[in-house]
Amino acid sequence: MTSTSTPGGEAARPFLRVCNLVKAFGPFLALKDISLDVMEGEFVCFLGPSGCGKTTLLRAIAGLDLQTSGGIEQAGRDISLLPPSQRDFGIVFQSYALFPNLTVARNVAYGLESLGLKRAEIDRRVADLLELVGLPDQGAKYPSQLSGGQQQRIALARAIAMSPGLLLLDEPLSALDAKVRVHLRHEIKSLQRRIGVTTIMVTHDQEEALSMADRIVVMNHGVIEQVGTPAEIYREPATLFVADFIGAMNKLPVRVEDAEHARLGETRLQCRPHALDPGAEATLAIRPEDVVPVEGNGTGSANRFAVTISEMEFLGSFWRAWLAGPAFGAAGLEADFSVNAIRRLGLEEGKQLTVELPADRLHVFAGAGVDEDG
Amino acid sequence: MASLGLGSRAAKPKLDRDAWAVRAFMLVIALYLVVALALPLTVMLSKSLSTYRFDLTAFELQIDKGEGWSVPVTLASLADALPADKRPELATNHDGRFGVVDLLPDFSFRAKTRYRLRNAADGAVYLYGSERIADREWHEYSSNEFRRVVVRPAASRGLDNYRTYFSTPSLVQSIENSAWIASVSTVLTVTLAFAFAYALARTCMPLKGLFRLVALIPILVPSLLPGIALVYLFGNQGFLKELLLGESIYGPIGIVIGSVFFTFPHAFIIIATALAISDSRLHEAAVSLKAGAWRRFWTVTVPGARYGLISAAFVVFTLVITDFGLPKVIGGQYDVLAVDIYKQVIGQQNFEMGAVVSVVLLVPAVIAFAVDRAIQRRQVAALSARAVPLEPKPDPAADWSGFALCLVVAVFIVGILAVCQFAALVKLWPYDLSPSLRNYEFDRMDGGGWEAYGNSIRMALYAAAIGTAVVFVGAYLVEKTQGFRTGRTLFQFLAMMPMAIPGMVLGLAYIFFFNDPANPLNFLYGTMAILVLSTVTHFYTVSHLTAVTALKQMDHEFESVSASLKQPVWRLFARVTVPVCLPAILDISIYLFVNAMTTVSAVVFLYAPTTKLASVAVLNMDDAGDIAPAAAMGMMIFYTNVAARLVHLALTRGLLARTQAWRRR
Repeated sequence: MTSTSTPGGEAARPFLRVCNLVKAFGPFLALKDISLDVMEGEFVCFLGPSGCGKTTLLRAIAGLDLQTSGGIEQAGRDISLLPPSQRDFGIVFQSYALFPNLTVARNVAYGLESLGLKRAEIDRRVADLLELVGLPDQGAKYPSQLSGGQQQRIALARAIAMSPGLLLLDEPLSALDAKVRVHLRHEIKSLQRRIGVTTIMVTHDQEEALSMADRIVVMNHGVIEQVGTPAEIYREPATLFVADFIGAMNKLPVRVEDAEHARLGETRLQCRPHALDPGAEATLAIRPEDVVPVEGNGTGSANRFAVTISEMEFLGSFWRAWLAGPAFGAAGLEADFSVNAIRRLGLEEGKQLTVELPADRLHVFAGAGVDEDG
Repeated sequence: MASLGLGSRAAKPKLDRDAWAVRAFMLVIALYLVVALALPLTVMLSKSLSTYRFDLTAFELQIDKGEGWSVPVTLASLADALPADKRPELATNHDGRFGVVDLLPDFSFRAKTRYRLRNAADGAVYLYGSERIADREWHEYSSNEFRRVVVRPAASRGLDNYRTYFSTPSLVQSIENSAWIASVSTVLTVTLAFAFAYALARTCMPLKGLFRLVALIPILVPSLLPGIALVYLFGNQGFLKELLLGESIYGPIGIVIGSVFFTFPHAFIIIATALAISDSRLHEAAVSLKAGAWRRFWTVTVPGARYGLISAAFVVFTLVITDFGLPKVIGGQYDVLAVDIYKQVIGQQNFEMGAVVSVVLLVPAVIAFAVDRAIQRRQVAALSARAVPLEPKPDPAADWSGFALCLVVAVFIVGILAVCQFAALVKLWPYDLSPSLRNYEFDRMDGGGWEAYGNSIRMALYAAAIGTAVVFVGAYLVEKTQGFRTGRTLFQFLAMMPMAIPGMVLGLAYIFFFNDPANPLNFLYGTMAILVLSTVTHFYTVSHLTAVTALKQMDHEFESVSASLKQPVWRLFARVTVPVCLPAILDISIYLFVNAMTTVSAVVFLYAPTTKLASVAVLNMDDAGDIAPAAAMGMMIFYTNVAARLVHLALTRGLLARTQAWRRR
């Protein structure tokens, strides 16, 4: 799955083009024929489990690890074989990589100092940058005197100091604790909007990707599984891998009947249109929050099941319930019910109820299990 | 998308100026290691396989006793005509010369007889005086001239030297001797160092800091200094001679005691590190399982330190078996391998046999090195687990017995130095103990005088400055650059090699390599430069590992960030890498300085009359019987190293305060 959808329309020329990129480590292919376009000013996230090739792709774009074959073009210039120093990017690493023996101001000024600018000019630019990342008075301190979140912001200021055309973020938030992470997520995003720099961020954290990216590139085993906006990725996963990797997902083994129906055990279900052959084994997927509790006893109509609540877990704004029913086998069905619904229907452990699996929320994917994805 | 034309061609990076500079530097330093290490060793190995033999069939002789020229005969047929007991020994070394007149029983230089000699085979050479004759023509000589004609041996390759070596009982005996003293010293040193380190780590005894300091003293003196002290204490005029119950200190006893002295700090450092990383939670678990102190010692403490113990054992074994200075001073008639090399080369000028002994000595050193490296790798794995350090609790019985043990070791170490210092300051031990500075008038002794002392300091400074630069830049290139993988692996291998090469072997290899007139680097021979070169190379590995460890602790993305900010590599190196690694850089320089001051083994083959060194002067003065001046010079080396250490300490403190403010939170 390597097609790209460009929100800017067909006319706009992409700022960054990656063409048929392959990276081999001996016999192992870390990137298998990757092609991707990124538009100017876009915030793109590479998302995937560890070892999926997302960092390898980022490092190839930066020129830090050269691809085995394939090409990269940035702003109309072929940069495929250029060393990093001749490309146009700023980079922020998970480890911050701040020079420990230089003050915060000297770190930010590191790249500026050899541009032949006047001292005062550099100082002014550094002050602006520190202001921009919200640490205006920290210039004289050493990195070790700052918190992790502050250090990461300094690293960001240093990366954008030279006004690069491309900002690369390699898991920039992974080393921070949860609260700082959420806060900095927001800051980085708004900073990126303000200065409008084309940005690529690598992350394994889906929440991070969903909340920050204009477009997400989901990767697995060295190939791109899907490219799309966060909503597209979440609502319309293209493959079982994407469906399973992003958010929670119930997976049920089914047999395909026709283009809009599949059979789950004894029950015939209507589902989203798909292109699988009738009779094929497939996996039916539905998110827990898409399971709808139905008032009264209406098992007769389509896509409805009588179930028993075997376990409930309070998760703050909603409840997660494990539903047992003959159709769902040993694994059962997970459903997220709002606090309201729980109260309204008087749901509790052991209680019986009817749920509906809405046809337009039922995805059908080829293959019998998540391990057989592409 | 294929229209972009970036298709599937194989990628080959364009190199920027940095990449070229890095490659050039790497090439220079790799070249250094090849010239200073790989080539000399290769030449030495090939020397050990070179055999020389007079090929008498390759020369033809005609004689004119006034009746015209006789029919040409080969020298071989003349030799065959001699009675069996008069026939010449044909095996020789590369320097061998064989007088042709030895084949002529009735030769007289006054006779009117005339001789004609010619080389009958390609490659055959003979000398008339110092004139080298290699052509195939007949040359005519009077009998007075003819007595100056000698034939030169023909070279061939083979294992003959090894056959000779292993069939000479006096030489083979050295292998056993070396192995024996190295084994005994290893057991004693490791036991003692373990007890000492254990007492320091696991008891609450007083004066720990002082004991730790004393334990490191032997590093600052040449290994032959304890030998001199032992001569004073237990030698023929020694006042403790009776303690040996009639045994002589000259021999294995002396070597072992001296070896324990000079290897003690090395074993102590390794074992102390191993004990320091032991996990207190294991001890708490053992206590909670009701294990007694004895059981805890054998089931927790010793297994926890086992890699340290094994590593220390191999290090001590290697140090002792490759040491030259100590057995030279106190070994007496007890031959060991390192001294055999010296005797073969300096005493008998038999370079090929010296090379053979070197190869023999290389075997245990290389094995010990390989095993030690394998073990260190496992020790690192053991270290990575987060351990809670053990805090000892007061226990008067254990504390005071530990104190007593440390006191004995400390008295032994300080005593050895005190004896040397005392002997150096009196007129004539043990007969006239009135104070005198006569033993410091080095210029009146053989060995090089005060000039040698000055040379040593200069050499040590050069080695520290140049060596630190070469080692650190080399380590940086290996550790922090990308690509060029085969080159880096080879470089890493070369950098680890010196550890396995005994100093004597390195020194001899340098003679073979640099003393060859055909070598364009021949001009280095006999200069200060070759002493610095050999010293830096000899102590390369430990310095390299220190640098690599420091570099590994730096964020490996610094280079990437710097490149993204379009900064050249050298700027990052100068502004970040060097300042951050400054403590390690200072450690490397003091290590090289101290070792350059004390080393004897490699340089003993390489010094020239103008580049005599203090450590070699100690050896030579002792050899000449000037033992008190030797002790005095040895103590000068000690004080110089103490001063250097203090300067190093002050520098480290000062520089840290100025340049490393970032370390303070």
